[in-house]
Amino acid sequence: MDQSQSIALPDGFVWTHRHMLGIEGLTAAEITAVLDLADGYVLQNRRVDKRSTELRGRTIMNLFFEDSTRTRTSFELAGKRLGGDVINMSVSTSSVKKGETLLDTALTLNAMNPDFLIVRHAESGAPKLLADKVNCSVINAGDGMHEHPTQALLDALSIRRRKGKLQGLIVAICGDILHSRVARSNIHLLGTMGARVRVVGPPTLIPSAIERMGVEVFTDMERGLRDVDIVMMLRLQSERMSGRFVPSVREYFRFYGLTPERLTAAKPDALIMHPGPMNRGVEIDSEVADDIGRSLILEQVEFGVAVRMACLRLLASTQANA
Amino acid sequence: MTKTAFVNARLLDPASGLDTLGVLIVEGEKITALGANVAPPAEASVIDCKGLCLAPGLVDMRVAVGEPGEEERETILSTSRSAAAGGITALAMLPNTIPVIDDIAGLEFVARRAREAKLVKIFAYGAVTRGAAGADLAEMGLLADAGAVGFTDGSSAIADALLMRRALSYARVFGKAIVQHPEEPRLAEGGQMNEGEIATRLGLAGIPRAAETIMLQRDLRLVELTGGRYHAAHLSTGEGVELIRQAKRAGLPVTCDTAPPYFALSESDVGEYRTFAKLSPPLRTDQDRREIIAGIADGTIDAIASDHVPQGQDAKRLPFAAAAPGVIGLETLLPVALELYHKGVIGLLDLLRRLTVAPADILGLPLGRLSVGAAADLVIFDLDRPWVIDAAQFRSKSKNSPFDARPVAGRATMTVVDGRIVHVSE
Repeated sequence: MDQSQSIALPDGFVWTHRHMLGIEGLTAAEITAVLDLADGYVLQNRRVDKRSTELRGRTIMNLFFEDSTRTRTSFELAGKRLGGDVINMSVSTSSVKKGETLLDTALTLNAMNPDFLIVRHAESGAPKLLADKVNCSVINAGDGMHEHPTQALLDALSIRRRKGKLQGLIVAICGDILHSRVARSNIHLLGTMGARVRVVGPPTLIPSAIERMGVEVFTDMERGLRDVDIVMMLRLQSERMSGRFVPSVREYFRFYGLTPERLTAAKPDALIMHPGPMNRGVEIDSEVADDIGRSLILEQVEFGVAVRMACLRLLASTQANA
Repeated sequence: MTKTAFVNARLLDPASGLDTLGVLIVEGEKITALGANVAPPAEASVIDCKGLCLAPGLVDMRVAVGEPGEEERETILSTSRSAAAGGITALAMLPNTIPVIDDIAGLEFVARRAREAKLVKIFAYGAVTRGAAGADLAEMGLLADAGAVGFTDGSSAIADALLMRRALSYARVFGKAIVQHPEEPRLAEGGQMNEGEIATRLGLAGIPRAAETIMLQRDLRLVELTGGRYHAAHLSTGEGVELIRQAKRAGLPVTCDTAPPYFALSESDVGEYRTFAKLSPPLRTDQDRREIIAGIADGTIDAIASDHVPQGQDAKRLPFAAAAPGVIGLETLLPVALELYHKGVIGLLDLLRRLTVAPADILGLPLGRLSVGAAADLVIFDLDRPWVIDAAQFRSKSKNSPFDARPVAGRATMTVVDGRIVHVSE
C-alpha cells in the first residue's frame, strides 16, 4: 500500500496480528495503539468530509450469522470511511445448516479475494475456525459466549476519553455474565490495562471459575457497586428470565436492576455504560439510562465506528507487509 | 493341523503372572504349549520373536462402530483392520448403531459381518432399553442367549432410576453386567467441555464433574439394593474413581474402565477449540488425570478400553459446540497405555491385565490368557521402539485422533487371532 497514511502508527510500533479474534492475548501496548489511533478517527468522523483513503481498493465483507443492526452498520461505516468497499452478507441462521456450511461459505467468499471478513456467529470459536481456513484478515464481531473484542475496545475508548485513563479505575460489569461475550472481552481488556474489575449478578448467571480471570465476584448489587468508577450494564435476554436462570423480570429488576437509588453506592462521578440494545425496566431504569451527565451509552455507539476503523487500519498494515 | 512355534519370545501372561523368555506353540486355533523349556516340534513353522513381548491379544471392551447405519464413519471391516493393527484380538461394540442393537437380528448381523471380515473377534452389547431410548427394557434374556456380552445404552446414560433398578435386577438372572455411561444427563445438557476456567474463557458451556459422581452415587445405591453387576464406563474424574474404590471395599459387584484420553490428556488440550479433544465425558483437569492414573495403578480401574468413536471430517470441522464428541483409539490403545509402564506408574503384567484378562472377565469371555487350550489370540509387540503416531496411516475410516503426532514407545508388530496372523508390521 502506497496510499497516503493519513494517520501514522507511532514510531517503531509494528502491529503483528493478522486477525482480531479476541482481546485475550493482546498486550497493553497494542490496546493503547488501537485506542490512540481511534482517537484520531473520532475527529475524522466529526468532520463534514468523513472519508479517508487508507483502505482504498480493499474489500470488507460483513458476514453475520446472527442478526445485528448496530454492529454491522458500525463496521460498514468504518470500512467506507476508510475508503474500502463493504459488502454485507446476511446469513440467517435458520437457512444455514450449522458449521458445515460455515466453512463452505467462508471458503467460497475467500475465493473472491476479500481483504477482511467481519464475522458474527452464535457459536464460540467460529471466527477462529474461519481464520484458520482463509487468506484474509478475520475480525470477530461477536462469537457465542466467547469474545466481542471491538465492543471492549470501544468501551475502553469511551471510558478513557471521559476519565483520561483506565488504570486504577474500578469497573463493575453487571448482569448476565454467563452468556456475555462483552463481559469476557471487557474483563480481559480492563484487566490488561490495570483496571480493577468486578462482576455483579445472580449466581446462576455467573460462570464457574470466573475469579480465575482476575475479577471479584459480587452477588449483591449494592456491595458490587460500592465506590465504582464505571457501571457497565449487560443486556439480559428475556428467554433467560422465565424460570431457567432467573425466576422473573420483576424479580430480576428488584435485585439487579440499575436504579438511581442503587447508583448512589457508586462514586458520585461514576459513569454508566451499556452495550445495547437496552431493556428499560429490566436491567436499567430509564432515568439512569437517559442521564446525559452520567450515561456513556450514545458515546459508545459513536466511538464504535472509530475503534473499528482503527482495527481495520492496523490489520491492513499486516496485509501490506505480507 | 498346522503347527506354529513362536520362539525367542518374552511370554507375558497377566492371568498366571508368567513373564519369561520362551516358546509358545499353536496348533490350529489353540495354544498347545508354552514356557521357558518348551521345544518347538520339528514339523512346526517357526516364528522368531527376537525377544519381543508376546502377550494375549488385547480385549477392548468399548468400541463404537458405524455399521449398520453410518458406514461412512466406520464399518465392521475397517474396525477389524484397525483393531488388528493395534494388537486387539477381541472387542465389544456398543449397541448405538442405526438401528440400535436391541434384538437378536442386530446381534446376528454383527456376528455375520465379523465372520465375513474374519480378522478379529467382534462381540456386541445388547441395549438395555429398546432403541437405547431409556424407556422400556429390551429383550435382555433373548439377547444374552444370542451372545450379548453385557448390556448398555452405550453413549446414553440410563437416566431413569426405576429403570436402572429393574435392569440391574433383571440382568442378574443372565449373569451379565449393566454398563453405564455415568453422566447425569440434565447436568450435562448443552455442555461442551469440562466446567471451569478454560470453558469460561472459551465461552463454552461446561459439564460439571458432579454430573459423573451424582450418577455413580445413585447407581451404587441401586447396586446395593439389587445386587446386580454394574460396570461404570470411561471414568473421567478423580471423585468417580474414589467412589468405585469405596464401593469395591464395601464388597459391591462393581467394576469400571477408563480410556487413554482420560489419563493421557486433560481439558487444556482443547486449546483453541480443538474438536479432536471433544469427548463424552469431557476431558477433565490435570488433577483428575493424575487420579485416574492412580486408580489404574492400584487396581480400582479394572480395565482400559479404547473408547473408539469414529467421526468424519464433517462432524469435526465445525465450531466446537456443533462438533460431535468422540475420538478414535484402536490403533493408539497399546502405545498410549504403555506410557504408564514407561513412566513407572504400573508394572507391565499389571498393565496388560487391564488390557486383556480383566475386560475379558467382565464380559464373561474365556479370552485374554496365554494357557494351554486357550484360543491362540496373541499380540507381539516391541516394548521400547519409539515411533510417532500418524493418524493418516490409520486403518480406521475416520482420523479423529487427539494423539496424532504424539511420540510414543511400543507397537504391535504381529497380531494373531485363532492361530491366524491378521496383522504384521515392520
